[in-house]
Amino acid sequence: MKLKIGIYWGAACGGCDVAILDTHEKLLEIADMADIYLWPIAMDFKYSDVRAMKDGYLDAVLFSGGVRNSENEEIAKLLRRKAKAMIALGACAQLGGVPGLANMYTREEVLRRVYLESESTTNEKGIMPLESSKEDGFDLELPRLYNTVKTLNQVVDVDYTIPGCPPASLQIYSALGLIADDMLPKKGSVIGAGDRALCDECARKKGEKTITRIYRTHEKLPDAETCFLEQGFICLGPATRSGCGSRCIKSWTPCRGCYGPLDDVSDQGIKMVSALASVMEPKEEKDINALLDTVVDPLRTFHRFSLASSILRRKKA
Amino acid sequence: MAFEPRIVGFLCNWCTYTGADLAGTARVKYSPNIRSIRVMCSGRVDPMFVIKALYEGADGVLIGGCHPGDCHYQEGNYKALRRYLMLKRILPEYGIDAGRVRLEWVSASEGERFGHVVDEFTEEIRKLGPLKIKESLVESMKTDVAHHGEEHQAPTGEAR
Repeated sequence: MKLKIGIYWGAACGGCDVAILDTHEKLLEIADMADIYLWPIAMDFKYSDVRAMKDGYLDAVLFSGGVRNSENEEIAKLLRRKAKAMIALGACAQLGGVPGLANMYTREEVLRRVYLESESTTNEKGIMPLESSKEDGFDLELPRLYNTVKTLNQVVDVDYTIPGCPPASLQIYSALGLIADDMLPKKGSVIGAGDRALCDECARKKGEKTITRIYRTHEKLPDAETCFLEQGFICLGPATRSGCGSRCIKSWTPCRGCYGPLDDVSDQGIKMVSALASVMEPKEEKDINALLDTVVDPLRTFHRFSLASSILRRKKA
Repeated sequence: MAFEPRIVGFLCNWCTYTGADLAGTARVKYSPNIRSIRVMCSGRVDPMFVIKALYEGADGVLIGGCHPGDCHYQEGNYKALRRYLMLKRILPEYGIDAGRVRLEWVSASEGERFGHVVDEFTEEIRKLGPLKIKESLVESMKTDVAHHGEEHQAPTGEAR
C-alpha cells in the first residue's frame, strides 16, 4: 500500500524541501512510494484539509524547521495528532538550527533589529508588526513571534530525526525507504546518518594535535591533506555526527556541525569546548588566554546549529 | 529564608578530594555548602558536567585538581585549565557570571587550604545570589503562547 505522508516547514529556510527535490530522478520513486497530503512549499493544500483527517491518518510527517511562532506550534501539534510517525527533518527541527541563535536575544531585541535598525531597513514611521489589526473592516491576525526558539521535540513528541543542514538528499530517500519497508529502528533514533563522529569518516590525515593559534577561514589557505584542527581551523568534526558524506570537508571547508551531536551528548557546543581545549598546546594561563583571544565568538561558533537544543537553551534574562 | 548557595564540587581523586578528606580528618571547619563529587582527574570534568550542574540548580561549581606539574596523569589538569578558561568566556554570553565557576589547585596535603577555598567561594556565590536557570527559562517562555485559541479556524472541508 502506498504511504501517506505530509511535509511541513516551521521556522526554516526551505533548504530541507530543496534537499527532498535534490533526490533528482529518485523523486519519481518517492512519488511511487508515497502520496503527499501536505507540502506547503510545493503544492496547494489547506490546513483545513489536514484538520479534517482522522488522527493517525498520515503514515509519516517530515517536519523541517524549528518552532518560533504560534503558527509553527499549532501546526506541529496538529500534524503530531495526524501522523503515525513524526520525523524531525534537518538541523532546525532537530536542534533549532541557525534561527535558534535568536535565543541570544529577546523577542523585543529581534523585532527592533529587524524592523527598525538593520542597515537595509527603511521604516521612517517605525511601523511594527501587530498580532491583530483591522483593515477595511476585516479583523486580521498574525501568529505570535516567540521569545524563545524551540526545537520540534521541545514542543511535540518526535519519533525519528533526520539530521543535517540540509540533510543529504540520499539520506532522506533512504529514510523514506525505511518507512515504506516498515524497517524503522526504535523510537527516538536518528535515521539517515552515522553513529560516529565525522572525524571517523573524514579522509584527511590526522596526527598529534597541538594548536597554537586559531585561524579563521579567510586568514589562511588550508592544505589539501591535513586535519583542519591541526592546521588551526575550528572544525566541529569531533563533536558532530557523521553521515553527511563529508560534503564540506571535501570542499576544503571545516565542519560547522550541522549534523548535530552524537548519541548521548546533550550539548554539542559545550562538547566542542571540551574537544578543542584538549588539543591546544599552551599550559600557562597567560598563553592560553592569548590563544583563546583568537577564537572569535566561541558560543555561536560551537552552537551554530544547536543553541536552542543546548542545555541552557538561551541567554538568561 | 536567607539564601544558602548550593555548590557542586568536582574534585580530583589524587589531590583535591584527598585534600578535602584531610580537611575532614583534621576537623577543619568550613562552609557546608559544597557537594563534593569525586572524579579521577580534573581532566575528566567535561564542561557539560559544569553546565548541567548549573542548569539543575547549582549556584556555583568548583573544580579541584592537582597543582601544575603534579597531575597523576601528566596532562589532565592542563586540559581542565584550558576548558575552564574557555568556559569562562562562554558563560557571560549565556548571561551567567563567570565567577560562578572556579578552578583551584589543591594538593592532598592542603586540607586547611581546601576549607579556605570553599569558604571564600561560598561567600562569592552568596554575593552573586541564586542562579535559578530553570525558573528563568520558564519565565522566558511565558508569553510564547498563541494569542488566539489553537483551533482558531473552525474545521472545514470534507472528511477524507
